[in-house]
Amino acid sequence: MSEHALRLPTSSNFAREIARAAKLVAAGLARLGWSLFSIGFFAGLWELAWAFGWTNPHLLPPPHIFLGHILEQAKYFSPALRWSVGVAPDEQPSPLMAVLSTVAATSARVLAGLVLATILSIALGIGIRRYRFVDRLTLPTVLFLAPVSPIAWLPVSIFLFGIGNPPAIFMVFIALFFTMTLATIAQIDGVDESLIDVGRTMGATRGQIYRRIIIPAIAPGLLVVIRMNMFAAWMVVLLAEATGVGSGLGQVIMLARNTFNPSLVFFTITLIGLLGFASDWALRQVQRRLIYWAPQQSGGAP
Amino acid sequence: MKSTAMPAFSSKDAVVCRSVGKTWAAGTPQAYEALRDIDLDIRPGEFVVLLGPSGCGKSTLLYLIAGLKPMTDGEVWSFGGRVETPSPERCLIFQQAALFPWLTVWENVSFGLSIRGASAADRREAARKALQRVGLAQVMNKRPDELSGGMRQRVAVARALAMRPKVLLMDEPFAALDVQTRAKMQSFLQDVWLDSGASVLFVTHHIDEAIALADRVVVFTARPGRIKAIVPIDSPRPRDPFDPESEAMRRRLTDLLSTEVDAAFAEQEAL
Repeated sequence: MSEHALRLPTSSNFAREIARAAKLVAAGLARLGWSLFSIGFFAGLWELAWAFGWTNPHLLPPPHIFLGHILEQAKYFSPALRWSVGVAPDEQPSPLMAVLSTVAATSARVLAGLVLATILSIALGIGIRRYRFVDRLTLPTVLFLAPVSPIAWLPVSIFLFGIGNPPAIFMVFIALFFTMTLATIAQIDGVDESLIDVGRTMGATRGQIYRRIIIPAIAPGLLVVIRMNMFAAWMVVLLAEATGVGSGLGQVIMLARNTFNPSLVFFTITLIGLLGFASDWALRQVQRRLIYWAPQQSGGAP
Repeated sequence: MKSTAMPAFSSKDAVVCRSVGKTWAAGTPQAYEALRDIDLDIRPGEFVVLLGPSGCGKSTLLYLIAGLKPMTDGEVWSFGGRVETPSPERCLIFQQAALFPWLTVWENVSFGLSIRGASAADRREAARKALQRVGLAQVMNKRPDELSGGMRQRVAVARALAMRPKVLLMDEPFAALDVQTRAKMQSFLQDVWLDSGASVLFVTHHIDEAIALADRVVVFTARPGRIKAIVPIDSPRPRDPFDPESEAMRRRLTDLLSTEVDAAFAEQEAL
């Protein structure tokens, strides 16, 4: 009990806490400033190239043009406008709602595919290392299918699930599953052997060694694997939506391609960039809470 | 080949090695003979230092005695029982402390008790006692990455002590520490050893460390490791590293080692 008493905040502790919080806020603001500057710097180069007439503004419209047409472009996000012949213009959702519902549909597919792939690949990876039978039964097939490109899975997903959400989610899942399984195995193989030896010396069973030592030991590495694969999920979902689904950012990109609308392409790319950035931030918050013991690392991102 | 006579030793001996040999990756082209024909008896409460050139297999011997790796030849006995699996009675302490970074210090120390299903209150109490013995009761609730290298190694010792081991196997436990911390840790270890009554097998390639700590120094040859000489040190503790007895011992051990270091060096150059 005495160690709890030591932790009661005294006034000098309180002042120190405030100073520490202020430092954290300042550091956060500085990181945000650099993020904006980084994007602004490269956007600025693009604008300069436009101002000097080095690029064709019809093919490569700079940010002030494609962002200037947001409202005009946003209407293309409405699936009703594109798909239903008999729908009157006033029955369309507002442009903002159209963009939001498209973004939500794509994000939900990414999330569903990523969660499925994460749970099943970690389970299989642990199973392969834990049980020789699982290893012999599944690992050769995993290695066999791991190099297959998502493009090749696209027709398979349509054969299996038709059109709609399931094939898009399946595409995200299948694109991540095999590599994430192999990454889980690599993480398990990388666990410091002396940690396992400690468990064996203490009389831990194999199950206890997995539950109490290996799983916590690989957790930090697995979260990095999940973050990296989340970017892959964003890439694959567009591919899946471009062909198999009636909504989503992939459909918008296809529409922009077919109607030769570069502004719409760049606007959608901007949206994807923002979504990727936001989801990476969210995963890092999860990482910080779950891996409470690891020193705080940004993994290169702010 | 090896004699298969019944092992002649008392069941009270802490560790008995009979014709122990180890070849890593035996039967493959990468086969690597690390140890050959090790015969060694260690009494209860004895402090034995294994001294030899790098790569001579002294650490391998600790892993075999701990039961963490299978031996290729011979057998190891401990207090009358044949060593075949690891046991908390023979705790190995690693060069790096090998603490679990996701657990607090006290949870690390009581890890073995939690495997046995002890209650949280019992575990906490046992951890506190073990940490008091290494002088670290005040850091119970910290995490390993908040501690210095020397403190982490003391926590590792406390984790072993909490299992009431009869044999402590230490694999260059202070090699990663700076010289000042190392000296402190040596005197700390002597206190712990006297207090616990356990036998200690301590691997090092530092002659001074052997002189400061050992009842007996076991000098190994270059690979494959065999026992070249067993040198008792009778002078009382704490030992002054600069008195004539220590100087003479340093000279003797240096001479014993130098030919082996040369041999190890020649082999490495030939690779």
